[in-house]
Amino acid sequence: MSPETGRRISARSQIVLLSGLVILWCLVWGEVTVLNVLTGLVLAVVISLLFYLPAIDLSGRVNFWFVLVFFVRLLIDIARASLEVAWLVIDPRYKPSSAILAIPLDTRSDLIMMFTAEAISLVPGSIVVDVDRQESVLYVHVINVRSEKDLEDFRDEVFATEKRLVMAIGSHDDVWRVRQPNHLTRSHTGGTA
Amino acid sequence: MTGDGIREIITISLVMVAALMCCAAGIGLFRFPDVLSRLHAATKPQILGLMCACGAVAVNSPRISTFLLFTAIIIFQGLTAPITAHMVARAAYRSNHLRRDLLIRDELETRVERIERGEESSKTPPES
Amino acid sequence: MQIAIIVAGVFFSIGAVAALYRVITGPSLLDRVIASDVFVATVMCVLGSEMAFNGHTETLPVLLVLAAFGFLGSVSFARFMAKQDET
Repeated sequence: MSPETGRRISARSQIVLLSGLVILWCLVWGEVTVLNVLTGLVLAVVISLLFYLPAIDLSGRVNFWFVLVFFVRLLIDIARASLEVAWLVIDPRYKPSSAILAIPLDTRSDLIMMFTAEAISLVPGSIVVDVDRQESVLYVHVINVRSEKDLEDFRDEVFATEKRLVMAIGSHDDVWRVRQPNHLTRSHTGGTA
Repeated sequence: MTGDGIREIITISLVMVAALMCCAAGIGLFRFPDVLSRLHAATKPQILGLMCACGAVAVNSPRISTFLLFTAIIIFQGLTAPITAHMVARAAYRSNHLRRDLLIRDELETRVERIERGEESSKTPPES
Repeated sequence: MQIAIIVAGVFFSIGAVAALYRVITGPSLLDRVIASDVFVATVMCVLGSEMAFNGHTETLPVLLVLAAFGFLGSVSFARFMAKQDET
């Protein structure tokens, strides 16, 4: 998607983003009243006019079941990986060994790439160091990897995260792409296939 | 009475998890050798520890307004903590604050080299 | 209950002291940024635990503000670092 088409944001995406801001405002106040909704609405309009950001295009497809699956899985991952890293910290025999991996994603949507990066970083043990937006490649720093197998396992984990996200909010095109076998759609840069 | 007992146990265990997470983060900062691995130790307490602490408060004062505020806090931290980590990691990589001898593979290096040689600009832009 | 509070306090203070140590000695500016971030997170967890033990919710807004400022501080520092690096 070129910047020219991305700038013309559709009215529906605009409404979704505005209501997101209003809901956040109500959450901050801790209650939903008419006054809160009204002030939130005013603030949301002012904010989106003042701080103009490049528009994100929502795919318009939401599968609530997969959204739920994604969040539950994210929570489980956070808890599991937190305990793992906590153990690493305490383990006296731990010898540091990490890697930076290039992970080419299937999706071409900025939103899904952003959420995948967030989910990867939220799970301890991996941090996104750099992003190649044009090619949809994430460069991820992974901690505690010893062998080639560890690296490939981690790559598969990220692909699984991306797949869950695309199933939840991705466009039909992306859904088709993640369902294909990996070697057809992914351009492996630098890594082994 | 038993309800209070159960509540107390849940509170104590949640707070304990939060305390352990904070402790682990501190020790991790203390022990890990370079900026990037310290970042790993640092992002951890912010999420799990905070969720546990918030859960403990919610168990003790279950009101709708508290739940709503907690959702806001957790969404906020959940969205912003990775951004912080990413910004710091990026700055660390760019300014060479990492120990390359600890990396068993570095696939970003090849790309940085490619950009420096100017190959990136001659590449065809993606079609979509 | 009393014992639990003391044990949790000990763990929290170990974490906070280690983070402060990193703030003071940290070899680079980025180490200090990370460590102060951890320190803020520890303070947030302590505030939350205190609310849980005493059963009130008065410092919740403080938690929210701390979350916001911890984020803003770290990001501005990281940006400053990146800019300084380019020149």
